[in-house]
Amino acid sequence: MSVKAEPGPGDIRRTGASKPLVEVRHLKVFFPIRQGFLVEREVGRVHAVNDVTLGIEQGETLGLVGESGCGKTTLSRAIMRLVDPTKGSIRFRGEDITEAGRRRLEPMRREMQMVFQDPFASLNPRKRVGQIIRMPLRLHGAPRDEAPDRVRELLRRVGLHPEHANRYPHEFSGGQRQRIGVARALALEPSLIVLDEPVSALDVSVQAQIINLLDDLQDDMGLTYLFVAHDLSVVRHISDRIAVMYLGKLMEVSPAQELYSKPIHPYTSALLTAIPIPDPEANRRRGRVAAGGGGTPRGGVAVVGGEPPNPVDPPSGCVFHPRCPRATELCREVEPPLARYRGGHLAACHHPLNVSREETVATTRDPSSPLSAGDVLPDGAAAEGSLGTS
Amino acid sequence: MSSGPLLTVRDLGVSFTAEEGVVRAVDGVTFDLLPGEVLAVVGESGCGKSVMAMTLMGLTRFPNARFEGTAHYKGLELIDAGEEELRRIRGAEIAMIFQDPMSSLNPVMRVGEQIIEQIQAHEGVPATEARERVAQLLDRVGIPRARDRVDAYPFELSGGMRQRVMIALALSCGPSVLIADEPTTALDVTIQAQILHQIQSLRDETGAAVILVTHDLGVVAEIADRIAVMYAGRIVEQGTVNAIFYDPQHPYTWGLLGSITRVDRARPERLPAIAGLPPSLADRPEGCHFRPRCPHEFDRCRDVPPLVARIDGDDDHLDRCWLPVEEKRERREVRPGEIGLGRKPGAAAA
Amino acid sequence: MARFVVRRLLSMLVVLFAVSVLTFLIFNVIPGGDPALRMAGRQPDPAQLERIREDWGFDEPVYVQYLKTMGQLFSGELVSYSTQQNVVAEIGKRLGRTFSLAIGAAIMWMAFATALGLYTAIRAGRLSDRLLTILALVGISMPVFWVGALMNYYLGFKAGIFPNGDYVPLGEDPLEWLYHLILPWTALSLLFIGVYSRVLRSNVLDTLSEDYVRTARAKGLSERRVLVRHVLRNSMIPIVTLWGLDFGAVLGGGAILTEAVFDLQGVGQYVAESVDQLDVPPVLAVTMFGAFFIVLLNTVVDIVYAVLDPRIRLT
Repeated sequence: MSVKAEPGPGDIRRTGASKPLVEVRHLKVFFPIRQGFLVEREVGRVHAVNDVTLGIEQGETLGLVGESGCGKTTLSRAIMRLVDPTKGSIRFRGEDITEAGRRRLEPMRREMQMVFQDPFASLNPRKRVGQIIRMPLRLHGAPRDEAPDRVRELLRRVGLHPEHANRYPHEFSGGQRQRIGVARALALEPSLIVLDEPVSALDVSVQAQIINLLDDLQDDMGLTYLFVAHDLSVVRHISDRIAVMYLGKLMEVSPAQELYSKPIHPYTSALLTAIPIPDPEANRRRGRVAAGGGGTPRGGVAVVGGEPPNPVDPPSGCVFHPRCPRATELCREVEPPLARYRGGHLAACHHPLNVSREETVATTRDPSSPLSAGDVLPDGAAAEGSLGTS
Repeated sequence: MSSGPLLTVRDLGVSFTAEEGVVRAVDGVTFDLLPGEVLAVVGESGCGKSVMAMTLMGLTRFPNARFEGTAHYKGLELIDAGEEELRRIRGAEIAMIFQDPMSSLNPVMRVGEQIIEQIQAHEGVPATEARERVAQLLDRVGIPRARDRVDAYPFELSGGMRQRVMIALALSCGPSVLIADEPTTALDVTIQAQILHQIQSLRDETGAAVILVTHDLGVVAEIADRIAVMYAGRIVEQGTVNAIFYDPQHPYTWGLLGSITRVDRARPERLPAIAGLPPSLADRPEGCHFRPRCPHEFDRCRDVPPLVARIDGDDDHLDRCWLPVEEKRERREVRPGEIGLGRKPGAAAA
Repeated sequence: MARFVVRRLLSMLVVLFAVSVLTFLIFNVIPGGDPALRMAGRQPDPAQLERIREDWGFDEPVYVQYLKTMGQLFSGELVSYSTQQNVVAEIGKRLGRTFSLAIGAAIMWMAFATALGLYTAIRAGRLSDRLLTILALVGISMPVFWVGALMNYYLGFKAGIFPNGDYVPLGEDPLEWLYHLILPWTALSLLFIGVYSRVLRSNVLDTLSEDYVRTARAKGLSERRVLVRHVLRNSMIPIVTLWGLDFGAVLGGGAILTEAVFDLQGVGQYVAESVDQLDVPPVLAVTMFGAFFIVLLNTVVDIVYAVLDPRIRLT
């Protein structure tokens, strides 16, 4: 653990000395919906990523969490430059790569690798494991005779046997396949690995093995992770900071530990409440299931009801207001800016949870706020009466 | 719950002849399902839990399958039942909810039609009446604008809505037993909670018994009454929710409990995991199948431990582990409210 | 939907234009393609050649010739270079024969392939499946002209069970029409039955392992209903595309060999004879005719596809 840096919470500026590895500024990724008789016109846009500003420090793990369709995967692919941004900028090691073409991206592709969600679909079933891991080496012109040694070393690194190089993916369990996917990502010694729901398809008991492995690799190799997940419980162990996304926007960005003990945004709180607690007695006391479902807050805790709205036509004001138990007229009308709380904890909410009146009054509008957000900072009066997990 | 069990399963065995040999997916599974209870069957992928559940509905009758044992439901022997007898049970008496709502509904059929089809397979209901019933069912499982959604195709609905459709389908003929095979695994956490709530409240309303098959012990703490833990085709421990969570007897159960990440507790240095992999069902270790992964293994584990009550006076709590109860309680790592796989005394230094 | 049809009609015009230009050019550049030489007979004298060229307009630039020919085609005045008969009228005479062959065969091969494909998929791996698989492969490997000739000889000529060639219009005597067409239909269908049943078999096998088929069984539906409503319907969707294309091709005169073997005097046979003579007008007309049917059937297939699979949106 000592190797792992504990970078400035929530802040890409505070650490100052080192530039962040990845810097995303006011990034928008819209997917046009076209229709037309002979000539197609744009009739709407999927607001997949809608003005996100975020940095990833060298050596840290940023957890990016939200429900399906919130734009987390699109954001991660935009950083990899696998989808084209509509607006805003992406920098990698300080260099603007927003508009970079194939040739300029080529050396950067070595440095950014990806591990996918489905270990069954992301490995070519007709290729031996050795070939799969060797492929990125070959593509980037590594000498042929070095490859076998490198493959053996990589397999050992991810906890497999060197002999496994001669087997086919179907001979492995889900967890082992995900190890193969990690070995392939490591082959080119990247600095950034985007982990797109790497454990969601695995058994709970195997998830822990993979997360421990990723943790060890980061310590040994100084890797930077962007860990995308739909579930806050999975990212907790490995993340230094966590960003919570909803409908294309950042709701909250916080140092990992603080997010769980002190969620400020009601959406984060809802995500936390939704995680089952493996303690029957505590559940009975908490009465989570009994109160939830419909979305009506009762007994202090509620599971958020409904589903995220259509990103083609996002709600006005705060995008979360239709599902939010604390929503007011203000939320319907004014988009809250990302307010900066003590310790660099950011949250975009007019009616924050778990913070004192003094803390709320002391907030400032963070420069990473969406350009469309209003200037209204959370008022102290709305800060009482907490919905948080306790 | 004083009446007799609804479903009595005795020594159920399912094996398949495959290239790699005989795959024993289910081995000597015995349990009772009481009316109105939620029984959770928990285990890792490939432990035979889904095969067991589908066998109860006769959905595993492949040419290469062999069955042993019995499963009695309301006077009918399910394992030997003829196809026509089974067909009348399926959907009407025992209904099933599958894991992936994306692929479990026919993509080219309207959802209403898919439910009406089931109603009409069991009851001579006219189409308009069946349609009305479907609209009410969809409404009851929390689908907004239910009447319009009768004519929706599955691709027009979100994952959570599709799973609600699956639940409505399962409920449409008022079954006495609901088998839910990983009903929330493919869904977002917020939707998971909604779906679990839905299943639980329907159990409360209809009094149907539920068999909930899952790999996630965390999920079952909320809604299960009893839990059966399966490993490599066998039930290794079975008991009430409280017994399993607060006094687990089998080291495998300890491991499962330990590997649940808890957001309500301090973050551990390292996530507890069960080392190694479950064995291939075609080549299981002799004796206790968990032996190779168990830090507490000793000589006696080479013999198959029977599933019996090991705590005096608690006939509802059974397990398959030779360790004496006192020793288990000593060895399992119990931090406040947390249970881990633990280490063998003396081996802890490593 | 209306938008879709209009778009398709527009694209059909583009296809027809391209096909006609290509056909016309090919016949203009191939050696021995000069129609004047053929018309003038053996050892023509230059003056005669010159006159023919002038009369028929062969001395004009290619694009003018093309435009003229197309104009004649659409006004129904186009005549063959070799026989001097009206091409459109000739095609009209043969249309009934080709349509009879195509429609009957298409129904026949679809029906047999569906039954065979479903049956072999359900019995996959058993003896009956293996035997029928071999049979299908035999059907695929047998050339139409050979099978046709054998049937004609043994069943028609030798045994006298079926008529030897010849054609009776449907309007004249439906039974005779059917009787005369059974052999051609069978000969033409064998290959298609073989191919389609194999494709359907693998589609059905894939569909059988789909989760929604398991759901259908879990609902307590009868096995028959599971197979028809859930398995077959979903397995047929890709076949329909294939069928539409093949049907369009056969309708447009693609069954050249079958027509020739059974001497049906259909559109396909007509084009075959015309190609032999390097006679551009009939070839051009039939090619356009064929392209029209292929594009038309393709459009119909897309519409049917969207009906069968609601996830497909027509744009």
